Amino acid sequence: MAKLHERKFISADPEKCVGCQICEYACSFGKERAFNPTKARIRVIRENQINNIAVTCRFCETPACVAACPRNALSQSVNGSIILEKENCSGCGWCISACDYGAMMLHPETKTVYSCDLCKFRSDGPQCVKWCPEEALTVVTSDVLAQKARLSAIKKLFQTPGETRNQQQKETTP
Amino acid sequence: MLGYAGRILYLDLTTGKNYTEKLNEETAKKYVGGLGLGMYLYLSKSKKGVDPFSPENPLVLSVGPLAATMFPTGGNGHTFISKSPATGGVGESVNHGTFGTELKRAGYDAVVLTGKAEKPIYLLIDDDSIELRDASKLWGRSPAEVEDAIKDEIGDFYVRVASIGVAGEKLSKIACIINDKTRAAGRTGLGAVMGSKNLKAIAVRGTNDVAISKPDEFFNLVKEFHERMKGPAAQKYRTMGSTENLMHQNNMFCVPTRNYNNSHFELAENISSLIINQHFIAKIIACNSCAMRCEHVAVIKDGAYRGVMARIEYDNLWAFGPNCGVDKLNSIIKAAERCNYFGLDAQSVGGVISFIMDCCEKGILTKEKLDGIDAHFGNASAMLALIDKIGKQDGIGAIFADGVKAAAAKIGSDAEPLAQHIKGLEVTGYDLRCLKTAALSCAVSFRGADHNRSGAVTVDLRGKVDRLKAEAGRGKIVKDLENQFNIIDSLLVCKNAKGTFYKDFEEMAKIYNATTGLGITPQELELAGERIQALAKLINTREGLTRKDDTLPWKVMNQPINDDGSAKGAVVTQNELDLLLDDYYQARGYDKQGTPTVAKLQELGLTEYLSIIEHKEA
Repeated sequence: MAKLHERKFISADPEKCVGCQICEYACSFGKERAFNPTKARIRVIRENQINNIAVTCRFCETPACVAACPRNALSQSVNGSIILEKENCSGCGWCISACDYGAMMLHPETKTVYSCDLCKFRSDGPQCVKWCPEEALTVVTSDVLAQKARLSAIKKLFQTPGETRNQQQKETTP
Repeated sequence: MLGYAGRILYLDLTTGKNYTEKLNEETAKKYVGGLGLGMYLYLSKSKKGVDPFSPENPLVLSVGPLAATMFPTGGNGHTFISKSPATGGVGESVNHGTFGTELKRAGYDAVVLTGKAEKPIYLLIDDDSIELRDASKLWGRSPAEVEDAIKDEIGDFYVRVASIGVAGEKLSKIACIINDKTRAAGRTGLGAVMGSKNLKAIAVRGTNDVAISKPDEFFNLVKEFHERMKGPAAQKYRTMGSTENLMHQNNMFCVPTRNYNNSHFELAENISSLIINQHFIAKIIACNSCAMRCEHVAVIKDGAYRGVMARIEYDNLWAFGPNCGVDKLNSIIKAAERCNYFGLDAQSVGGVISFIMDCCEKGILTKEKLDGIDAHFGNASAMLALIDKIGKQDGIGAIFADGVKAAAAKIGSDAEPLAQHIKGLEVTGYDLRCLKTAALSCAVSFRGADHNRSGAVTVDLRGKVDRLKAEAGRGKIVKDLENQFNIIDSLLVCKNAKGTFYKDFEEMAKIYNATTGLGITPQELELAGERIQALAKLINTREGLTRKDDTLPWKVMNQPINDDGSAKGAVVTQNELDLLLDDYYQARGYDKQGTPTVAKLQELGLTEYLSIIEHKEA
């Protein structure tokens, strides 16, 4: 029997994300006791005014960052988070180039790389999820994410029972 | 002294020389930050009678003690302060977005800019590095284009940019400063002050930590305010947005329509909040750190303006809608976008266009005189054509690019009664004839016709007083609200979030103390609000403004509301205005001329400025 994926990571819903950057503040304060987005494990991108999303480590099944590190500084834990052997990290940034999501970053002070670890040492869980006022951030497995996408797609399609969104728009546009 | 960056940057744009000064605890507590700190810096660094466009006129940019923290709405504001080319008094414009956070992280509570660059430049503040960079390629471009170009040039997406458009370059007295593409420090023409310094943009990158004094208390407050922001106190802003005001006010006959010819817009339903939200709002986005998120971004979906995007709030909806008699949302959104493009204050532009249309209706201006534009009320394409003319100062546009007061002076005396302004600043979307507490507030507002210097308009609209009556007691209401608003603008929390402060000074003091660790009492904070008001008044007094400038637009005082409805016949007479002014000055402890007394300045700890009022008395 095929086993469902168990790895959980933080995912942002682009429809709910308003680009407020509270997740960056919550993350940096939780990790570093100061507000500083340049030390946050999650970063918000407002590509133009209406496209907003927070991005953080996806805990990939085959993490490109780990594969890219020539110094064996990176490995993946059982739960999927990326573990850094600080002594081995020279801050070269190959892992940063390798990550398609920009989730791997170079810390401005330690000069070693860092990424999201789901606030594993905190009893109240990931701080970004806790503080996101829009509930745009959730801790999910890839299966849950797919389920959510399917549900959201079908809700959009049938905003009112029996009517698709396209029909609706056509009828109400002045 | 946490929260504060603890430094003020002084930069001479002529020489590029700069230095920083420490912000000491006493000054921080006395003036709080933002508006208060900026006013203080402006007053102490500027000279009496300075030409707003001279290199000696400082342009101050300041942020509040909460900037770049997680306190909702507190993290994101900034304010520009200078002498206003529009009013000749103190010019001030607060704005939000993300720009202010970056300045705080770069390590500055305020920046004082003087001098004038030889050629177009932009200022890059990258933590401790201060650089004046060539802006010749940016000259002539829109603020949004400039933002993208600077991000490209620096190669950093997270650089934050505040920029002027063509209007500011051409010293239009209704030019604004835009950050985050759609957000304008709109009022009082400060974009032109930037332009006069050949300063196209200010770009900031900050990477420092911002720490707070009492994290447990701080996060409890954040949690509490997050909850409030999701509750009824912010519901209007979170859902339909401020455009909801339109139908509500229309029912109360207090929507100035067609340049105050009416107080009710019969076509309001065509541009209602409901229609805006159903058909145009593509996304509601947030400023940095805000849990309330209220910025309604409209996108036009079809027609000639397909793809045009602008932020729509009551203010610009009113300016181009009822005020110009226009009921076409495509055109209103396009007008807002054009103002952003040229870097023009949408409210003032709406005021100018409705003035032009009024002049046309009354035969003072004609199509021939307007370069062939048929500017009657309701003509949306004329409105858009005029915005382009004003933005570029092309042809007839040059006459109108400095606002209604200047335009009326050029056109002739019969146009002057049609120029709806106070102190040279165009009116906003609240009919002051039937909102008499707001009328007082606008008359005494240090920056001219603007409802944002106190929440008095809400007092009238919510029926807390008889809005049609001018009576003793309104002075104290306006005074108390002004003090509050001064602190809101100095902590730099958002005015839209005002309702989430259930106990204003008490809660503001709490958040201030949890952040800074300084320990201020609610009473001290209120006194600071009063002090900031006095600072503004001192600047205006120094620049020659007196009681006669605390007045109302001609139509508010001479043309009663003629629409059948609850406000029919309403007008503010000279006697009523005098009564209100006397009551207000008395509540403030100012003399009959509206000048702070010696005793008042002593009480507020502003004795260093006694020469301003003593000179006045002599």
